[in-house]
Amino acid sequence: MDRRAFLFPKKTTLQTTITAPTPSTGLTIYTGTFGEDEVIHLLKRTMFGAKKADIDYFKTKTVSHAVDELLNPTAPLPAPPVKEYTDTTALTQPDTNIAAGTTWVNDYNIDGTIQSLRRASFKKWWMGLIINQDRSIREKMTMFWHNHFATETNNIGNGNYCYKHHTLLRTNALGNFKTLTRAVTTDPGMLVYLNGQYNTANAPDENYGRELQELFCCGKGIDSQYTETDVKAAAKVLTGWRNNASVMSSYFTSSIHDSTNKQFSAFYNNTIIQGKTGTTAGNLEIDALLTMIFSTQEVAKYICRRLYRWFVYYDIDATVEANIITPLANILRTNNYDIKPVLSALLKSEHFFDTLSKGSQIKSPVDLVVGMCREFNVAFQPDTDYVTNYGMYNYLVSWVTNMQQSIGDPPDVSGWKAYYQAPQFYEIWINADTLPKRNQFTDIMVVNGYTYNGKKVIVDGSEFAKTLPNPSDPNALIDDSLKYLYRISLSATLKAQIKKDILLSGQITDGYWTDAWNTFIATPTNTANTTTVKNKVRDLYKYFMDLSEYQLA
Amino acid sequence: MKRSEFLKKSLISSAIIPSFINGFSVKALGADSPLMRALQLPTTETDHVLVIVQLQGGNDGLNMVIPLEYFSNYVNARPNIFIPEDKVLKFNNYDKVGLNPAMTGLQTMFNDGKLKVINSVGYPQPSFSHFRATDIWMTGSDSNNVINTGWAGRYLNYEYPNFPNGYPNSSMRDPLAIQIGSITSLTLQGPAVSMGMSISNPTSFYSLLNSTPDTAPATPAGKELTFIRQMAQQTQAYASVVKSAANAVTKQVIYPTSNSLGDQLKIVARLIKGGLKTRVYMVSYGSFDTHANQVNALDKTTGTHANLLKNVSDALKAFQDDLQYLGIEDRVVGMTFSEFGRRMKSNASGGTDHGAAAPCFVFGKNVLGGVLGDTPNIPANVTVADNLPFQYDFRSIYGTLLSNWLCVDDNSLQQLLLKNYQQLPLVNTASCNKVNPNASGINLITNYPNPFTSSTTIAYTTAGGHTLIQIIDGSGRVITNLVDKEITTAGIYSITFNSGALPAGVYYARLQNMALQQVRTMLKVR
Repeated sequence: MDRRAFLFPKKTTLQTTITAPTPSTGLTIYTGTFGEDEVIHLLKRTMFGAKKADIDYFKTKTVSHAVDELLNPTAPLPAPPVKEYTDTTALTQPDTNIAAGTTWVNDYNIDGTIQSLRRASFKKWWMGLIINQDRSIREKMTMFWHNHFATETNNIGNGNYCYKHHTLLRTNALGNFKTLTRAVTTDPGMLVYLNGQYNTANAPDENYGRELQELFCCGKGIDSQYTETDVKAAAKVLTGWRNNASVMSSYFTSSIHDSTNKQFSAFYNNTIIQGKTGTTAGNLEIDALLTMIFSTQEVAKYICRRLYRWFVYYDIDATVEANIITPLANILRTNNYDIKPVLSALLKSEHFFDTLSKGSQIKSPVDLVVGMCREFNVAFQPDTDYVTNYGMYNYLVSWVTNMQQSIGDPPDVSGWKAYYQAPQFYEIWINADTLPKRNQFTDIMVVNGYTYNGKKVIVDGSEFAKTLPNPSDPNALIDDSLKYLYRISLSATLKAQIKKDILLSGQITDGYWTDAWNTFIATPTNTANTTTVKNKVRDLYKYFMDLSEYQLA
Repeated sequence: MKRSEFLKKSLISSAIIPSFINGFSVKALGADSPLMRALQLPTTETDHVLVIVQLQGGNDGLNMVIPLEYFSNYVNARPNIFIPEDKVLKFNNYDKVGLNPAMTGLQTMFNDGKLKVINSVGYPQPSFSHFRATDIWMTGSDSNNVINTGWAGRYLNYEYPNFPNGYPNSSMRDPLAIQIGSITSLTLQGPAVSMGMSISNPTSFYSLLNSTPDTAPATPAGKELTFIRQMAQQTQAYASVVKSAANAVTKQVIYPTSNSLGDQLKIVARLIKGGLKTRVYMVSYGSFDTHANQVNALDKTTGTHANLLKNVSDALKAFQDDLQYLGIEDRVVGMTFSEFGRRMKSNASGGTDHGAAAPCFVFGKNVLGGVLGDTPNIPANVTVADNLPFQYDFRSIYGTLLSNWLCVDDNSLQQLLLKNYQQLPLVNTASCNKVNPNASGINLITNYPNPFTSSTTIAYTTAGGHTLIQIIDGSGRVITNLVDKEITTAGIYSITFNSGALPAGVYYARLQNMALQQVRTMLKVR
C-alpha cells in the first residue's frame, strides 16, 4: 500500500439502493422441496414468529397439508378477557358485581374509568392470545381484519363494544368477506367509530358510506370508479341505526331512515336501491347495497391486493397483478367471497415460495415482539395466574405501542401505513425513533427481562440453544440459530468473527466452547462455568437481534 | 471560567426548590442551561484516557519477558523453546530480565522510560480455563466468586451514574467507552447496561475499519435489508460524533501493515485526537493459545509466538509514536493483560500449556518506567505441574490506574474493585486534580445515606404504571423486590431498604418502569 493510501484510507460505502425484481411465478402449486427453510418462511408469514417446535411439526408434512392445517384451526374461540384490574372506590359506577378473574364482557357499565380499564384489559388479553396462538393462521388473520376494518378503542370508548367488534373479526377471520362486511356494517363499535349511529335521514353522516367503499371494499385503485354521489347514496342506505349500550347491540329505527330511492353511478351499473320502510328496511337495503358493491370486479381485486401485501410483499407491479391478483380475485368471486380458497391458493403457490418472496417483509412491531417471545419459548405463567400474565402482556403492549403499532388503536381508519402507503410500505415501521427501540427491547429481554408481581419473563438463550441439534459445536450453534432467527444469513467471515469474539473469547480452538457447553449440560451446578456459558449465549443472541437482518421476516 | 464560579454565578437569583445536589439547592433547569451543564459533568474531571489491550488466549510471559537472572533454570524448564541468551533484547540499566527478540519497539519504549514491566501478575487460586480466567480478569472478581459486571464498567457507572438515561448530553456527547471489536466485552459491562459501544458493528462503523458489511442480495429481501442498515447507520446514538472525530484527523504516523492490533490502535489514536472525551478504549489481539510449535525449532527467535509478540510490539510502538506526533502523548496510558500466563515447563509439542501469573505492561509518556517486582524464579527441578506464583494482584494495577491515572477518589476505589488492593508505582500522579463527586445524567433512582450501615432510603421517579425496585447483590442475585406494583400517579416516591444481616459490600438498586431502567450503586459498610 502506498503512503497516500495509508494517510487517506479509502472510504467504503454501504450499498445505497437495490433494484429488486418481483417474482414472476404464479399461482401454480409449489412442488419444490418443502424443507425447513420453506416451513420457516410459511410460519413467519402466517403466524407471529416461527417456533422450533412448530417447524419440526410442519416439516414432516406436504405443503398442502401444512397450509390446510394452518387454515383450519381446531382450537375453540378463546375465553373472554377477565377482570384483572382493581376498582378504586371513588367511581360513579364501580363494577364490584364482577368478581376478580371472571369476565366483564357482558356487564353494562357507564363509568369512564371502568371503560378505560376494560379497554386496557382487552388489549392485554389480546396480546396474550397472540403470544399463545395455536398452530394456525387465526391470529395473523384477526390482525389482518383489524388492520382492514380499522377501529380505535380510544375512539369507541366502550370496552365492551371493543371486545364485541374484535370477536366479530376473530370469529369471521377465515370466513366470508362479504358476510364479515355485512356484520361490521351494523356492529356497535363501528357504528360509534364511523358515526353510523348519528346517520339519519334528516342529517346524513357519510363517514361509513365513504369508508365502506374507499377503504373496506373498493379501494383507491384506478379501476375503483365510485363517485361522490355513490358516497351520498350509500350514506342514505345506512341511515337509521342506533346503539343500545345496555344490551350492547345495535338496532334499526325506521323513523330516522331515509326511505327514498338511492341512485348509484355507472360504476355500479346505475343501480337504484329501492327505498324501503318498516322494521326490515335497514337490513334489506344494506343487503342490496352490499350485493351491488360486491358485484363489481374491483372488490375482490382490492382485498386480494391487501392480502398479498399482508402475506407476501408490498410491490404489486403489472406482473404480480396479472399472475397473482387477477387469478386470486377470480377464485374469491367463484367462491362467493370465502377467504380460505384464496389463502390456500396463495400460500401453496410457487409465487409464495419463490426465492424472491422470502425474507422481504420487515417485521411489524407485533411480529418482532411476539415473534421473539415465541421463537425463544419465553415462559409466561400458568393461566391461573392471570394477574401476572396480564401485567406481562401489558408490558408487551406498551412496547408495540412504543414501536408505533398500538393494537386496538391503529393511527386511523386506514389502518397502519405500512400496508398501504406507497412507496415506503413496510419501511415505515423503521425510523430513527423505532429502530433503536427495537434494539432496546430485544436487549432488555435478553439481559434483564421484565419482572412483574415477583415473576420474570426473560429470553433464556441457553434454553433455546439446548433445543438445537448440536449446540456444543460453536459453528453448528451459530448456523442453526441463524437458520431459525434470520431469513438472510451472515457471511462465513462474519460468522467466524462472531464465533471467535463471542463464543471463544478470542480463541481459535472450537473445543474450548465444546468443553464449556458439555460441562454446562453435565454439571449445571458449576456456577462459574454456567455463568460463562449463559453469558456467551446471551451475548450471541443479543448481537444477532441487534443486526439489521433480524428485522426481516 | 472555573467550574466553581460557574456554579456560583448560576445560582444567583435561582428560586429555591427542595432538590439538593451535593448540598446545593438548585432550581429545575433545562438540560442545556449552564448550571445543568455544570452539574452534568462527570464525577471526576480529567482528560486522561486509558487504553486496555487484551492479549487473548493466555500469553506466554516467560518467553516475552525472559528471566535473565535465572537463565539456566529457564533453559532447563524449556529446553525446546527457550530464547537464546544472546538474542534476548536487553534493557538499559536493568539486566535481570530482557525482552523477546521480536519486541524491538517495546525495547525502545522501555529505554525511553515509556514502558513499565510488572512481573508475575495474577491472583489467588488461578483458573486455567480461558473463559473463566477471562471473566475473572474482566470482572475483577475473586477466583471463587462470580460477578456479572466489568471493572471498567463499574468505574464508568461511578463516573456517569445514570447512563444511559440522559445521555448523550451537552457535557458528554461521546461514548463512555469504545471497544474496537464486534461486541463490547465484560470489562465494560455496568450494573444495568454495557457502558461501552463497539465500533465494528458492520452496519454502523464499517468505514472506520475499512471493512464492508455482508453484501445484500439483489432481491426484495436485500432491498429491505439495505434500507434497515442505512437507518441503523443514521440512528446509532453516537455515530455522528465518532465519525466526525475520526474525520477530524487526516494525518497519522505509519502503522505496521497486516497487524490487526495496529489497525485498532490507529483508530483509537484518531478518536482521541479527534476530540472524543471517551475515557476508556479497549482493543484485543490474539490468539496466544500456543499449545504447540510456538517457536521454530531451527530458530527459536522466530515462529508463531514471535510473530504475535512482534505485532504487539510494533503496534504499541507505532501507537506511542502516533500519540506523540498528534500531540496527545500526555493524556494516554495503556495496559496489556492476558487471561493467564503459560506453564513454566514447556511441553513436548514445542508449546506451553495453560499457566498462571505473567507480566503485564503499562505504557505511556506518564508511566514510571522500569521493571516492578522480583524476577520470576523457576525451580531447578521444575515439574509439569508447577506454576508461577503471583507477586502482584491484577486488581492492584486496576486500582492504581483508577486512582493515579483516572483520578478516582480513593474512598470510592473499594466500591469499584469490591475490596482494597495495594497501590503500585505505575504512573506519574501529578496531573490528577481530584474534585468532589457530582451528579450527571437523569437521576431516576438515588439513595441516602450512601454508604450505609443498616438501612438506606431509596428515592425513585416513576412515570406511572408498573414500577419495580429490585435489590441485587454483586453477583447479580436478586435479594428482594422492594417495590413491585402499579403506580397511578407519576412522581417521586421513596422506600426504605433494611439490609438486615446482609454482608457488607456493593449492592445495586434497580428501577424498572416499563421500558425504562436504571441502576443505583449502594455500598454497605460496617
